[in-house]
Amino acid sequence: MKVVNDFSWMIGGPQGTGVDSSANLFAQACASAGLWVFGKREYHSNIKGKHSYFQVRVFDKPINSHVDDVHLLATFEDSTARLHAHEVVKGGALIYDPTKIMLDDLNLRSGVITLPIDFNTVLRHVAEVTGEEYGKLAIMKNVIAVAASMALLRMDISEMEETLTRLFTGKKAKLVPTNMAAVKKAYESVEALPPEIHNQFLYHLTPNKKMPKRLLINGASATAMGKLKAGCRYQTYYPISPATDESNFLESHPEYGIAVVQCEDEIASIDMALGAATTGVRASTATSGPGFCLMQEGMGWGGMNEVPIVVFNYQRGGPSTGLPTRHEQGDLMFSAFGGHGEYPKLVIAPADIDDHFHVAFESFNYADKFQTPVMVLNDKLLTHSLQTIPPFNEGGLVIDRGRLATAEELEAAISEGKGFPRFRPDSKTVISPRPYPGQEGSPYWMTGDEHDDYGHITENPETRVKMHEKRLSKYRLMLEQIPEEKQFTLKGEVDADVTLVCWGSTSGVLLDAIEPLKAKGIKANILNYRILNPLPIATEKILKKAKKLILIESNWGTQLGHLIRMTTGVFISNQILKYTGRPMSLNEIIDSVEKIVKKEVKSEIDPLTGMTIEKVVLTYGL
Amino acid sequence: MVSKLHTPLTVAAYKSDVHNDWCPGCGDFGILQAIQQAFAELALPPWESMVFAGIGCSGKVFNYMASHGVHTLHGRVLPFAVGAKLANPNLEVIAVGGDGDGYGIGAGHFVHAGRRNVDMAYIVMTNEVYGLTKGQASPTLGRGQQTKSLPLPNTNDAIQPLALALSSGYTWIGRSYAFDGKHLKEMIKKAMEHKGMALLDVLQPCPTFNDLHTTEWFNKKVKGEGENVTIPRIFNINEQGYDGAVKDPTNADEVSEKRTKAFEMSNFRGERIPVGVFYEIKLPTYFERMQAQVPMLKQYAPALMPYQDESHLPTTDLSKVYAEYLF
Repeated sequence: MKVVNDFSWMIGGPQGTGVDSSANLFAQACASAGLWVFGKREYHSNIKGKHSYFQVRVFDKPINSHVDDVHLLATFEDSTARLHAHEVVKGGALIYDPTKIMLDDLNLRSGVITLPIDFNTVLRHVAEVTGEEYGKLAIMKNVIAVAASMALLRMDISEMEETLTRLFTGKKAKLVPTNMAAVKKAYESVEALPPEIHNQFLYHLTPNKKMPKRLLINGASATAMGKLKAGCRYQTYYPISPATDESNFLESHPEYGIAVVQCEDEIASIDMALGAATTGVRASTATSGPGFCLMQEGMGWGGMNEVPIVVFNYQRGGPSTGLPTRHEQGDLMFSAFGGHGEYPKLVIAPADIDDHFHVAFESFNYADKFQTPVMVLNDKLLTHSLQTIPPFNEGGLVIDRGRLATAEELEAAISEGKGFPRFRPDSKTVISPRPYPGQEGSPYWMTGDEHDDYGHITENPETRVKMHEKRLSKYRLMLEQIPEEKQFTLKGEVDADVTLVCWGSTSGVLLDAIEPLKAKGIKANILNYRILNPLPIATEKILKKAKKLILIESNWGTQLGHLIRMTTGVFISNQILKYTGRPMSLNEIIDSVEKIVKKEVKSEIDPLTGMTIEKVVLTYGL
Repeated sequence: MVSKLHTPLTVAAYKSDVHNDWCPGCGDFGILQAIQQAFAELALPPWESMVFAGIGCSGKVFNYMASHGVHTLHGRVLPFAVGAKLANPNLEVIAVGGDGDGYGIGAGHFVHAGRRNVDMAYIVMTNEVYGLTKGQASPTLGRGQQTKSLPLPNTNDAIQPLALALSSGYTWIGRSYAFDGKHLKEMIKKAMEHKGMALLDVLQPCPTFNDLHTTEWFNKKVKGEGENVTIPRIFNINEQGYDGAVKDPTNADEVSEKRTKAFEMSNFRGERIPVGVFYEIKLPTYFERMQAQVPMLKQYAPALMPYQDESHLPTTDLSKVYAEYLF
């Protein structure tokens, strides 16, 4: 039975050999053929040599996750074949180089089609027909692997040509004929295979040329676009995986006028962004866990001085340097509770790549509205995953700079001659008026010390209480003023048997699981927390009404679970967790939810809470 | 461009009404007074001026100025100030801090601020001790020296801030003394007017914790050439013919010669203390370097760049960027 447009492709190889660009090529070809893709990138903290792989899932509807099954594994050296051959399913295929590896050395399942390609012979042919130097063509092995895959999938060679032409423009345009020579040779080798091989291979891709244009994009780029749209014109950063791509994107687009400053460390990054923000520019910084640690003192200063600032933390495996290039949702508690003393921290996590754009846009409004640091928790999975999504909906995007000083207030400050009462709480809105330096009447003082209305240092207990309560009452304002649909979402079946509770990128794989779970007789819905601190108390009724709750997080500590229990008293005893540094796959979620619903998971006592829990810890993936 | 007042204000107009709680006799008073005088003489609009300060006794300068005053974090005054100046170069931004703040906990930022050559002055109040924490050794206290609160003599060697600034890329390097008001005020003005990153290291007594280098010590004459000849300890190198200013920044030989001279002068040994301008060179500022790469910055400072219309709808058009990603 043929399987059309439901396909999982994997390519792998040592880092630095073009695995990433070949996966981009494959995904772009599928996207321009009108198909929906989700590409997951796995790589080591290393530049050259270590194993990396890229898995691209293709479907005829929007998708947000990967599956463990591999339908076609494209390899051009031995390590990828050795490490991943066992993942190819019956009816799937392996492309391999017979001069590099013997099939007997691989742990192949039965019914897997094997497709030998002598890559060096193809390259020699390319050298001959194009006149290029053979020794310089090695990097094209991955293009051959992509072309052979496309040929096997019965995608027309014109799709490859179109994609390559789009990929190589300007000075690089001369690469198109060379690449096409390789593509043609690969197509010929595959097309020359006996028909029975083609018949055995079950997976086909059929273009859908009627499909409207969609974005093929990752979370880092989507975030950067949201920042530009919001008017962010000052970005600081210190290089760190996986956050750097965002700053790199911004720096690559000088036409928007954004000043991007690479700092000497993350302490300078946060402080420079704060200094910039005091002048009125929308300022931001992007980092990952280790850098986020260094920023804590600066963020506390921002809280104390009510400076609007947005910090993007691209989470990766921790603690310490941890797993620098791998996925984890480990910084939630840290974001909610980090730093000494108490100040209001708004923590938001985007649910999908589209939401990366919207969260980036909104976060600047929130920072201005509540005059306090906002933390955005991205994570490695969506930062580097490549996904087709509908174009961003820009309707309804409005800039909100919050409570700014009025002309009358500036006049009054001039005539009083005591400076601007920047921190005097507004009797109605709590939030104080903010002048920009440069406005006559604007001078005021800022200090990390406790201070009075004008920013003068004070240790007076009454002023302390007034100011401390004013700042922390912003938590209440956040819950009152951020619309509920922006605080959390409830998606899926109306009368659900089970409510899957999650935050951040985990939402994607759960969304994809709803239909397959329904097919298994399990009606599920998903409660996704977008605002994580302060925790939306409005979710309490959903949690208490749910027939069964399952908490799903990419960490060990059920960090969202603890925040929910702390705020609502609801303890979620069914838990699906993963902390291998790899994201959860669709089939892992389906299997584990089913196990929990069918009560196949053994109860245990959680040593930290003393509560009885049913926990599934996921481990699949290299 | 930083604007100037048509009608200059008096020095008093730059003094806030906050009660000053420095110890009597503190060198900080001299420095604060000189900054206020410099602001008045430069006719700076207080609302367009930002004084960033570090943490420590010196940090309180922020609160005694009637301009924007920003009390930052310990050691972090430079990143804060640099952020503000780059976001809006039309503002007059200065950074002020102590020697522990700038050369100790903030040493990393000190070095990198030199590399950037942001157009601002950094005034460091050097008294060899951490005053506000009661007199521990700062990075400028010499090895073997034991100020009042030290249980044992200092085990670290002192850093030489001017030499460090020189190797870090500061484009104006000078030294003055807290109680030589006239020289100090002129030096502050020069540092502020210099287009680029200026370091002004200001020596000052800490009457409470530094019992080695007191006002009396600074004022004491030292032995000169010839019998019974005494001369002031502090001497102005510029009055004695030293010229550290590079005339032609493109002339590598001249640059090298002036740097070598400035390095030697900043390591001056003996009982006397040289003050004055040690080194000066005109190089493109960081903002000018950014403008070369981001043309819109020639038209607008980041803080003044338009991004919304009158109904607060975003005006940034991303369609060209989207096109790269649309399939």
